[in-house]
Amino acid sequence: MEFGIFTVGDVTTDPTTGRTPTEHERIKATVEIARKAEEVGLDVVAVGQHHNPPFVASSPTTTMAYIGAQTERIKLSTSTTLITTTDPVRIAEDYATLQHLLDGRMDLMLGRGNTGPVYPWFGKDIREGIPLAIENYALLHRLWREENVDWQGKFRTPLQGFTATPRPLDGEAPFVWHGSIRSPEIAEQAAYYGDGFFSNHIFWPASHTARMVEFYRQRFEHYGHGRAEDAVVGLGGQVYLGRTHEQAVNEFRPYFDNAPVYGHGPSLEDFTRQTPLTVGTPAEVVERTLSFREYAGDYQRQLFLIDHAGLPLSTVLHQLDLLGEVVASLRTELGLAAVPTQTPAASASGSAA
Amino acid sequence: MSDPIPFRRTSPGAPGGAGRAVDVRRVVVVSAGLSDPSSTKLLADLLAEATTRVATERGAVVEVQHVELRALAHGLTDALLTGFASGEVATAQAQVAAADAVVAVTPVFSASYSGLFKTFFDVLERGTLDGVPVLVAATAGTARHSLVLDHALRPLFSYLHAAVLPTGVFAASEDWARGGADSALRTRIDRAAGELVDRLVGPRAQAERLDQFDRDVAAMGSFEDLLGG
Repeated sequence: MEFGIFTVGDVTTDPTTGRTPTEHERIKATVEIARKAEEVGLDVVAVGQHHNPPFVASSPTTTMAYIGAQTERIKLSTSTTLITTTDPVRIAEDYATLQHLLDGRMDLMLGRGNTGPVYPWFGKDIREGIPLAIENYALLHRLWREENVDWQGKFRTPLQGFTATPRPLDGEAPFVWHGSIRSPEIAEQAAYYGDGFFSNHIFWPASHTARMVEFYRQRFEHYGHGRAEDAVVGLGGQVYLGRTHEQAVNEFRPYFDNAPVYGHGPSLEDFTRQTPLTVGTPAEVVERTLSFREYAGDYQRQLFLIDHAGLPLSTVLHQLDLLGEVVASLRTELGLAAVPTQTPAASASGSAA
Repeated sequence: MSDPIPFRRTSPGAPGGAGRAVDVRRVVVVSAGLSDPSSTKLLADLLAEATTRVATERGAVVEVQHVELRALAHGLTDALLTGFASGEVATAQAQVAAADAVVAVTPVFSASYSGLFKTFFDVLERGTLDGVPVLVAATAGTARHSLVLDHALRPLFSYLHAAVLPTGVFAASEDWARGGADSALRTRIDRAAGELVDRLVGPRAQAERLDQFDRDVAAMGSFEDLLGG
């Protein structure tokens, strides 16, 4: 079981101060957040891929390599790598390079992207989102496993005897998660290959996530990759932490009320009931997170969204201190070992909160 | 489809009535009146009463559930913004999903159905009304709006693949004589109710309507088919 954070890399005005970070500040903040995540003992940090304002995360592997050079233990991943609009040949090359540079300390999560206007910029059409995801991954899967690939598909120019370089580290393709909110085709795809399935989880009610995860588990077993309960499941989550419940709610409410995705809609209280969003003390977040297992089963990766909606860097770093406590408690509750190779900085910061 | 795809229905209120001693048919009346009393709700109630009466005369048992959208207005806006329904909106959606027939009644606002009425059907999951008999009805201050049934409501429900009944009921202020429906309006109500009951007592068109997830799964075929494009 791994715990980490995922970011989409949005540049959003802080609704409490009216201040908008520059792109430079946001990009550097992403690195600082990742370093802090390692320091407080998290296992994974995942960065997004977007090609339109207000996002800065257009080049995930560049950011991941830079973070990787400044960290020692934390695993780098994506949330998500756009399998629809990115050439699978470039994904094979970029992520295999990253795998070598990071000595294997990485994986990636594929997603389709739901911003319609982005597709034509890359010569694609959002209405073909599912077929693009299926065909592009079929090619990517082969590029990492076969030395010489002959390929012909609908969406890219054919390949004859093509070798993607570098070859994966030790001949082992990077681990792939397939992320989706509501498309069973993507759960089916993950099951077919025996890859991981990540349910975004945070924008929809738990009943929906439960159904997608159960479908993936059944299909994973159907395709002979193992028992349904051993399928590789990841879940998103969204938290804001405070020393008291009231403090957390009061601090987060203006960010919630103005958040780009769900702002100006349901109340914080309603949205907390309806989705996995948890605003409160570390103990409350531990309890809520443990409850995900009641409908998702025993799962392998929990990522939290903590750096969005205009929250300033200083706040996010403090959130990470508290999240470190949460994750330590979760590991204890689940009978997991503490982080195997703590960096010296991590043990020093354990009591800093 | 060489590959058997398992799927199960988990949405609440699966229709079909399997195992019931009496075959009860469910009618959900969706009304979008805003005032109290509202002529829209009054028309909805008359349509419900007539449906129950005609069904009883013909030996059928009908259970009527009312969904009044005014109380769901905030929840419907939330559903627009979040992309999912919860609470009372989710309950109302489940009722419609389990209905054997729907009566849809709206006031006329700016020459069409009201925004509140449209929002309910905007956030209803695709496929919910597939093949479902729908009786359309509307109210307005003047008879000059009467074509709203054919210009606005029928296209909406045709798009949603509902089976819109031939008779729709429109009531203007002048149709309400001394606090009740006048005889011409009552005649139209009875005629529409008769058409609705015709659909209810006949053989069921479908044993089960699939929700979006099940439809996606059923339409998917095998992964090899997907790979083959």
